Amino acid sequence: MDSNDFILGGYAKAPESIDHFSINSSYDLFIGGKWVKATQQFKTTNPANDQVIAEVGLAGKKEVNQAVKAARKAYESVWSKMPAADRGKYLFRIARLLQERARQFAVVESLDGGKPIRESRDVDVPLAAAHFFYHAGWADKLSYAFPGAKPKPIGVIGQNIPWNFPLLMAAWKIAPALACGNTVVLKPAETTPLTALMLAQLIEDADLPSGVVNIVTGAGETGQALVEHSGIDKIAFTGSTEVGKHIRKATAGSGKRYTLELGGKAANIIFEDAPINEAVEGIINGIFFNQGHVCCAGSRLFVQESIADQVLRKLKKRIGTLIVGDPLDKNTDIGAINSREQLDRIKSLVKIGKEEGAQLWQSDQRIPRKGNWFKPTLFTQCAQSHRIVQEEVFGPVLAIQTFRTPKEAIAKANNTPYGLSGGVWTDKGSKAFQMTSSLNAGVVWANTFNKFDPVSPFGGMQESGIGREGGLQGLRAYCNLEL
Amino acid sequence: MSALRLAVSMLDLTTLEGADTIGKVRQMCEKAKYPLREDSSLGPVAAVCVYPRMVRAAVQGVEGTSVRVAAVATQFPSGQMRLKERLAEVKYAVGEGADEIDMVISRGLFLQGQYRAVFDEIAACKQACGKAHLKVILETGELSTFDNVRYASDLAMAAGADFIKTSTGKVQPAATLAVTLVMLQAIEDFYERTGRMVGMKPAGGISNAKLALQYLVMVREVLGAKWLTNRWFRFGASSLANDLLMQIRKQETGCYQSGNYFTQD
Amino acid sequence: MTIPKTYKLFINGQFPRTESGRVLEIRDQKGVLIANASRASRKDFREAVSAARKSFEGWKKTTAYLRGQILYRIAEVLQGRKGQFVDELRMQGVKNPESDVDASIDLLVYYAGWSDKYQSVFSSVNPVSSAHFNFTSPVPVGVVSVISPSSLSLLSLVSVLAPIIVGANTCVILSHLSSISFAEVLATSDVPAGVVNLLTGQRAELVGEFARHMDVNSTLLCSDDQSEIGAVERDSISNLKRLVIRPDCSLEPSPYPIIDFQEDQTTWHPIGV
Repeated sequence: MDSNDFILGGYAKAPESIDHFSINSSYDLFIGGKWVKATQQFKTTNPANDQVIAEVGLAGKKEVNQAVKAARKAYESVWSKMPAADRGKYLFRIARLLQERARQFAVVESLDGGKPIRESRDVDVPLAAAHFFYHAGWADKLSYAFPGAKPKPIGVIGQNIPWNFPLLMAAWKIAPALACGNTVVLKPAETTPLTALMLAQLIEDADLPSGVVNIVTGAGETGQALVEHSGIDKIAFTGSTEVGKHIRKATAGSGKRYTLELGGKAANIIFEDAPINEAVEGIINGIFFNQGHVCCAGSRLFVQESIADQVLRKLKKRIGTLIVGDPLDKNTDIGAINSREQLDRIKSLVKIGKEEGAQLWQSDQRIPRKGNWFKPTLFTQCAQSHRIVQEEVFGPVLAIQTFRTPKEAIAKANNTPYGLSGGVWTDKGSKAFQMTSSLNAGVVWANTFNKFDPVSPFGGMQESGIGREGGLQGLRAYCNLEL
Repeated sequence: MSALRLAVSMLDLTTLEGADTIGKVRQMCEKAKYPLREDSSLGPVAAVCVYPRMVRAAVQGVEGTSVRVAAVATQFPSGQMRLKERLAEVKYAVGEGADEIDMVISRGLFLQGQYRAVFDEIAACKQACGKAHLKVILETGELSTFDNVRYASDLAMAAGADFIKTSTGKVQPAATLAVTLVMLQAIEDFYERTGRMVGMKPAGGISNAKLALQYLVMVREVLGAKWLTNRWFRFGASSLANDLLMQIRKQETGCYQSGNYFTQD
Repeated sequence: MTIPKTYKLFINGQFPRTESGRVLEIRDQKGVLIANASRASRKDFREAVSAARKSFEGWKKTTAYLRGQILYRIAEVLQGRKGQFVDELRMQGVKNPESDVDASIDLLVYYAGWSDKYQSVFSSVNPVSSAHFNFTSPVPVGVVSVISPSSLSLLSLVSVLAPIIVGANTCVILSHLSSISFAEVLATSDVPAGVVNLLTGQRAELVGEFARHMDVNSTLLCSDDQSEIGAVERDSISNLKRLVIRPDCSLEPSPYPIIDFQEDQTTWHPIGV
């Protein structure tokens, strides 16, 4: 028994099989129901090993214009005239097809973006399918969501999405837009175009009328061209607060509507009467889920001083059991950082954190040499003024502070220009509700964290954004209301 | 593979039927000593677990091997009797040769809120055990809530338990991953506070090898490699044995196995 | 040479004959026998209610998403069997059987879409004048007994069935011959056994039973007959069933038939450290 591998070593590799489907070596743009070759291409790589997966089209102003025109034509001649129940049926079809091909999408999401297969398989893809299913049902019921008003479509929507939940963000944008009678031009993030392109193939198989959904892959300029296009009636954007402000500038005075899902620096508050073991799991999930590439990540921990040592000890122990490695290995807990750029950004902020005087801790687990990786990291001895506490790192880095009273916790938690999410851990119900109603955040989790559901509205206050996605409230962004 | 073999070494093969006889117990002991005759490198299981009346037959059945004899006692499974008779049962079983005693706590007293009495009963049983190890069965299915399981775990360890065990196997639900996690966390915190290691045994409901491996992963990640021996972790199961053996054979040969090729003890 | 179908009852996910051994002869306009349908007895109804009660415990705990998926699945399976139903309905003299089946499929999809939305639309957070978090949300009423509209259309069955089960209730429905074929669709669509139970029988004989049973929480009567309505109103008093009376025809699609079988539950919790 002394030489038992299971006791001494790691777990045997459990690679997800990838041989049951194929990825194209190159993809075109999906415009007007056709695959249109772009004048330029660019490569998309696997951040876990820097290998090229495929080439995709780089849409320029010309192609963006084509796409907007196709969306407008589809809106005016087909989609706005279609009975609402039929719109719903198309969305149901997309949902069912996504459920059927779920595994392929999960694998490609992990390959292209770096997140562990367990997450893409168990969270991203099922939620994406659920979003389509949920919004399919709204298509012919919109009047019930707006008492006393007649909801009408807006028209053509331009949508820019980020690289942290590529397929899920596409679902969050496309499903409600179509349910409410709009057509879309969607620009996936530069580093993660593949699942959106697979979605386009799926949409073809669902026989969705041409031009209702258009996918234009590209980089920053493609997104800019879309935002600035005069043929767009509304912009939906998820990304950094900085870019969100640029978009506001670009749309100011144009009459375009907009919704913005931006950054966050959520406070996760642990009281002494919290269920400690559950709270530790919640902290871990809050900041290390998806490598911390989550706008609503619990990146600031506030732990009540009386239990701080205990919580820190348990946190470190638990982090030691996390496996950082190959995203396609089913044992992996933490995957690759999405890109070299993001890795550099995380590294530089962590360097600043050390220089500011915060105490850095990382566990000693091994990480792969090739590819983009960052170990789960804790900073203790943080002060409210530290940049590591104020700025969004968007990586597996947790800034820890202590507090003494609920009032202090609230004040510090709210002391930020952000306002996306927050967490509270306590066994006392009245305290939970007091805290949640005092936090300036669009989504507050009590005794849980990072929970998402298509029926539950998501979105931020203050500089975390404007508007909500999901739920009854999320429909407002995609309708014009006739009173 | 190594996890499968480890799991075999952690089995407490169990027979707790009204219809148990000397013959039945002897046959189970043979299986305990030689789980898979063709594979001599596959060692014996950890223990056999029987009613007090069957202890002598079990002791004879595993004589000369490392297999331990565990006896359920204290009016298993209900525990609904005065302490006096329950302690006498413990002493009888130890006298017959039991190395380990699996006792049941008084769930009735616990749910009445008489925690001191529950504590005292466990401490008294520990004393009656003498050199034998005491496993304390919480019967988590009857305790119902995680808070109760946690509190009963803490109580049992404070009172001297060598092992805490989920269930008698006579009540549904028996062991689950969730309830086991709560108990493992209790053991971890107890160890942090006192430096004393306590063992853990999930019993009932672990019918296949895959599930058994999930339990081992949980032990490894909550308590660490130190607990991954049959000194500190046991599976209370009967049908699990053959599934483990079938999976070991499958790993070696690449084929799914048939129950016909493995002995039913 | 064809094999005529035997039509039995649908109780607890199985197809038993009536324990009474009685039949209802169903003939087409030319007098040719279509089927000896089971003529359900009060004992069959009793068994069905028992099955509905047992399955309610599990059904009420399902997620709204799952119920929506199941209803959509029923639509998928019905779509696949459209031909079977068109033929069967035409045999019984139903006019426009094709559009009847199409409308039934559409109505199932419609209610599938409500599964996870009616709660948001019909709940409220109530701004009480004390430091309490107070919310009201609909919860299912339980076991519903249903006397269907007299029409032989498939739509008449689907219009009573879908809103009841999408709202997490279980039911026993007295309906027509094609309901037993529809049971085949239910049985292959992941609907748990006992959630829907379908009986064929004599309305006059069974209406009273449907209204009197003490373990039925609500009764839906589709009728324009004032004396029948009056009798049911009196019979349902014993356990204060929630009584829903609808005209004897299909309704326009709306969420209110779901709400007919929901109870409003209000919860208070203090806010404060």
